[in-house]
Amino acid sequence: MATTIKTRRTLAKAGVITGLVIGGLFAGLPVLWLLSTSFKSNGEVFQNPPKLITNSFSFDAYWEILGNGTQLRYFLNSYIVAFAVTILTLLVAVLAGFAFSRFTFPFQKTINAVIVSVQAVPPITLVIPYFGLVVGLGLYNTYPGLILTHMVFTLPYAIIMITAYLNTLPRELDESVKVDGGTGWTALWRILVPISVPGLIAVGVYTFMISWNEYLFALTLTRTDDMRTVPIGIQLLMGQHSYEWNQMMAMSILGSIPVLLLFLLFQRRFIGGLTAGAVKA
Amino acid sequence: MTSMTAPKTAPPTEERVTPGRTRSTLARRLIPYGYLSPTVLLIVVLMVVPIVMVISYSFQDNVIVQENPVFAGFANYTKVLTDPDFLAALENTAIFISVSTVAHLVLGLAFAMMLNTQLLGGVAKAVFRIVYILPWLFTIAVIAVIWRLLLDPSGVVNYVLHALGLIQEGVNWLGDPGKALWAVTFVNIWSGYPFFMISLLAGLQGIPNDLYEAAAMDGSNWFQRFMHVTLPQLRPVIVSMGVLDLIWTSQQFALIWMTTGGGPLHATEMLSTYTYKQAFSEYEFATASAAAVIVLLLTMILAFFYVRQQRER
Repeated sequence: MATTIKTRRTLAKAGVITGLVIGGLFAGLPVLWLLSTSFKSNGEVFQNPPKLITNSFSFDAYWEILGNGTQLRYFLNSYIVAFAVTILTLLVAVLAGFAFSRFTFPFQKTINAVIVSVQAVPPITLVIPYFGLVVGLGLYNTYPGLILTHMVFTLPYAIIMITAYLNTLPRELDESVKVDGGTGWTALWRILVPISVPGLIAVGVYTFMISWNEYLFALTLTRTDDMRTVPIGIQLLMGQHSYEWNQMMAMSILGSIPVLLLFLLFQRRFIGGLTAGAVKA
Repeated sequence: MTSMTAPKTAPPTEERVTPGRTRSTLARRLIPYGYLSPTVLLIVVLMVVPIVMVISYSFQDNVIVQENPVFAGFANYTKVLTDPDFLAALENTAIFISVSTVAHLVLGLAFAMMLNTQLLGGVAKAVFRIVYILPWLFTIAVIAVIWRLLLDPSGVVNYVLHALGLIQEGVNWLGDPGKALWAVTFVNIWSGYPFFMISLLAGLQGIPNDLYEAAAMDGSNWFQRFMHVTLPQLRPVIVSMGVLDLIWTSQQFALIWMTTGGGPLHATEMLSTYTYKQAFSEYEFATASAAAVIVLLLTMILAFFYVRQQRER
């Protein structure tokens, strides 16, 4: 009896491990191939039979990208836009979250419903009027044009998450400041914001990722190389040269590093925040 | 990701309303609006005004690029709705989003259940979890590049299929009108299942263990426990993630644009690529606006089901 249970357990374990490995190959092999191709010479990319590591293993493709002023400018642009979007989003969302969390006021539910519904509006519907608007305001092909439009994606999520975070903080914290003669404003910046740093980091990381990865607005609202961001830069490599596959892969790896690093550093908090939103939804 | 419920409001702060201090009371009432003003301003500029603009463009002609807009009534809508390319895009989008969402759910659930197993140690599970989340961490531009490399006629996917004897010669997955839609759907499945998986994993961890113990007591097998405990418990997460995924997938533009551009011969044309081409390749901004408003209406129907489902919970 005992042995059958043990055998069944071993069998079940073998089954699960087999399943996990197959799934892992499905998820991981394309990424491994991306990495492997970035170290090849372009002539070996489609060699038959395919090899993971070829004789000409080198970092040449990376040096090509890193030595190219145009590509570096894409990275600089992406960093500028994503950092600005993150800081502005957090600033605006903290103020809004404070209002939702600590006050009751007319139209509160309506305003909240509008903010939530922004998340469902298709970007393709917005991009046409944005084009008209951004050109009209003289923001076409500028950082502010991109930063402003990216916030339509980042702000609703940030407000919802920060409101939820502030709701978990006891109101006695604010009161202690008010007893000392402080106002709501000082309570927010002296007490609530410093305590909320872990939550703000999670929201900030997600905001950064959205902005770093954004494609449609960057494609339509910028025109010249000195304003293009990394996703557009990767796409431009596909047409520009006659398919320098190894450089495209190297640029892809370099372009993914910020998001991968942020994810690995904040993994636990990040997944927690995401699922808290999705499961409770 | 989305919270459809209004943030819980704390009871109002004690307001000492004393006679002769009405002005300060009014000022105090305006305080929350002060905190909200940047948000409201941004929402008006980034959503309200643009939606009004796109609706008004859709009823005009000669917008944006020409200087003399004229009222056109429903002409743009008639043009879009009778355009065979638009109807093809509608059909492709329906196939793309429904197949993607079902596959995301099936894969996400299967992977989440395997990651939730009691049979493996914490470290092994943590490693697998990172590998399983990998596809989700790459931006769409990178995913497009990876799969154009893998699915190339002389790429490694064809090599493996050929070695297994499944195909005789290199298949141009993204370039063959009969296969391209399935190829981009497959790529989208690969890139999108992790989000489902993460949510379902959290859902699985939230199922009380005694439910399984009670079921085991009754002598149920693995499959019965799955059908009668796991699925019913996960149902709310599955339904809300499913509707959200339909909405998000219908908005997928970058992946299509960078793998097939909607081709070959409109085989992978989606509502998003159709609209984009009308605007930024054809410069038919009025037609594009009509298509964009139709896309918005279709999304609102999906969002309506989402909100109704959330209310029921």
